[in-house]
Amino acid sequence: MLDKVFFFFFAGVAILSAGLMVTRRNAIHSAVFLITTLMATAGIFLQLRAEFIFIAQIILYVGGIMVLFVFVIMLVRLDVALHQIQFSRQKWVALFVTLALALEVGVMLWSSRKVPGQGFLLPNAMPAAKLPANTEALAGRLFDAYLLPFEIASVLLLVAMVGAVVMAKKRT
Amino acid sequence: MHPNLHALLVFLQTWWVELVSAVVIVAVVPLITGYLVLMERKLMADMQARLGPMRVGPHGLLQPIADAVKLLIKEDIIPDNADKFVFWLAPVVSMTAALTSMGAIAFGPSFEVARDINVGLLFVIGVSSLGLFGIVLGGWASNSHYSIMGALRSTAQLVSYETAAGLALVSGLLLAGTLKIRAIVEAQQHFGVWFVFLAPVAFFIYVVASIAETNRAPFDLPEAESELVAGYMTEYSGFRWACYFLGEYANMIVVGAVATTLFLGGWLRPFPNVHWMNWLDALPALFTAAVGAYCVYRAGKQPARVQTWFMWGVALACFAVALILAVPLVVAPLKFMVPGLHGAFWFLLKISAYIYLFMWLRFTLPRYRFDQLMHLGWYILIPLAIMNVLGVGVAMILEMEYGWNRWLALVVTTAFTLAAALFLLRLNDKRVAAASSAAPPEAPSTEDSYAG
Repeated sequence: MLDKVFFFFFAGVAILSAGLMVTRRNAIHSAVFLITTLMATAGIFLQLRAEFIFIAQIILYVGGIMVLFVFVIMLVRLDVALHQIQFSRQKWVALFVTLALALEVGVMLWSSRKVPGQGFLLPNAMPAAKLPANTEALAGRLFDAYLLPFEIASVLLLVAMVGAVVMAKKRT
Repeated sequence: MHPNLHALLVFLQTWWVELVSAVVIVAVVPLITGYLVLMERKLMADMQARLGPMRVGPHGLLQPIADAVKLLIKEDIIPDNADKFVFWLAPVVSMTAALTSMGAIAFGPSFEVARDINVGLLFVIGVSSLGLFGIVLGGWASNSHYSIMGALRSTAQLVSYETAAGLALVSGLLLAGTLKIRAIVEAQQHFGVWFVFLAPVAFFIYVVASIAETNRAPFDLPEAESELVAGYMTEYSGFRWACYFLGEYANMIVVGAVATTLFLGGWLRPFPNVHWMNWLDALPALFTAAVGAYCVYRAGKQPARVQTWFMWGVALACFAVALILAVPLVVAPLKFMVPGLHGAFWFLLKISAYIYLFMWLRFTLPRYRFDQLMHLGWYILIPLAIMNVLGVGVAMILEMEYGWNRWLALVVTTAFTLAAALFLLRLNDKRVAAASSAAPPEAPSTEDSYAG
């Protein structure tokens, strides 16, 4: 009962603020609503008892990436940017991609409608005590079964970071 | 009974302790904040050979109440060209983030709102870092140059120092082996030593980084009054300004609580496993009783009768607390209350000591320049923190795989880390010297950059 209340609350907030994020003309307002969407998604993760993903979402997306977004938006002259027509040539592409994604989600939901806990049915939340500790389980998989992909991903990030530093460095 | 009403009752029955604790936090933190400000002003006055606030109540004890009333009835100004929505939102974000993150902190073994979150410490750091949005959005919404400069500085500073603080916490977490707040403290009880002694470099980095994160002197550049008026808060007044202020001080309590939990043994008393030190259990009661006795001594010296009565009231409150702390020690059926009560006492004492350190540094050190701040963060603290994580990790491997003594392993790796720190400092000095000799003579010289 309570799980459903929380789910619908977070899902509603996420969808509503996602819509507002797209429709606002002011970039900072859009950023605020994007932050709200990300927080609501984090709430859904928490409701699924995925604590680590919940806090990773907050720390990385909200506390890290969005801060940089807002930082960059503040450095742009908004009044000038507002008068420019942006991205309008992509309208039909965007429509096509949106419809394709909606179709995909619809097919997925429809095909799994009979499977309990999937499709249109809301998952029945398991009591927290019965689940293994989330962080430990994730760390175990990450550093055991998927060690090589994990290391490759971190090397890739390191390369990107070094590349950014080299590009930002003054040429003397 | 209606099923919804029944569900509500079940909900309340399960969660009433947490709900009441949350209300207690939201209600008590503003009061504590007010008295922290008073403490800060009194300490500053003492270190500058002044008296500080003396007029409202004996020794200015009622000053916070008067300040709060003043802030609440002050005119609430929103600048004409401000972005109303964001201007309204920003202080709320700042305050909410700080108060929410407090929910996961265990103030003693039996007082925490969110019990045993699996990612407790990450939750505290992650949510309290969201307060940054309050600063950035407030600075932008004010539509003022000072505000936006303060906000930009603040973003850069917080993003830089959060990295160092996070890496410092990682070294501590490696020792604890868990993210649960309660389990971190229990690990320190199990090893019989506070982690500050095992990872002193990490603690030092965390202290420096947390001063920068709470925007306090010597790193209070976002609100450097000689350059930026009041930084991001310039256009705010009245209650909204109070929200920012509350968020800032609540953040101080949060970083103090994190440092206490991870490095200073949480709610454990000193030497928790040493039996002949058990007399320390009597210390909380004796300490509060001594404060009460001092109030009685001062009561006779107050200039007005109402102030004498007030002092007596404070003394009686102290004696009552001392009694509450002492009775469970001697009355056997109430023994179960001892860990909770005394834990809270030790925890709050350690947080107070940490905040006292913050204030002491504020009155002692001159403010950094912005480029010095950035260099300290990126050239010294972050490399040092990474070195330290490596060092602690190597020590753990030496202990677990090769059977070294934990102390020996940690001393060796800490020595390596410190050697690296000295190397970094020399490198930095050379860089500064090279920069100042390369600068043309007409340009403002950086040679006197350390003159304050």
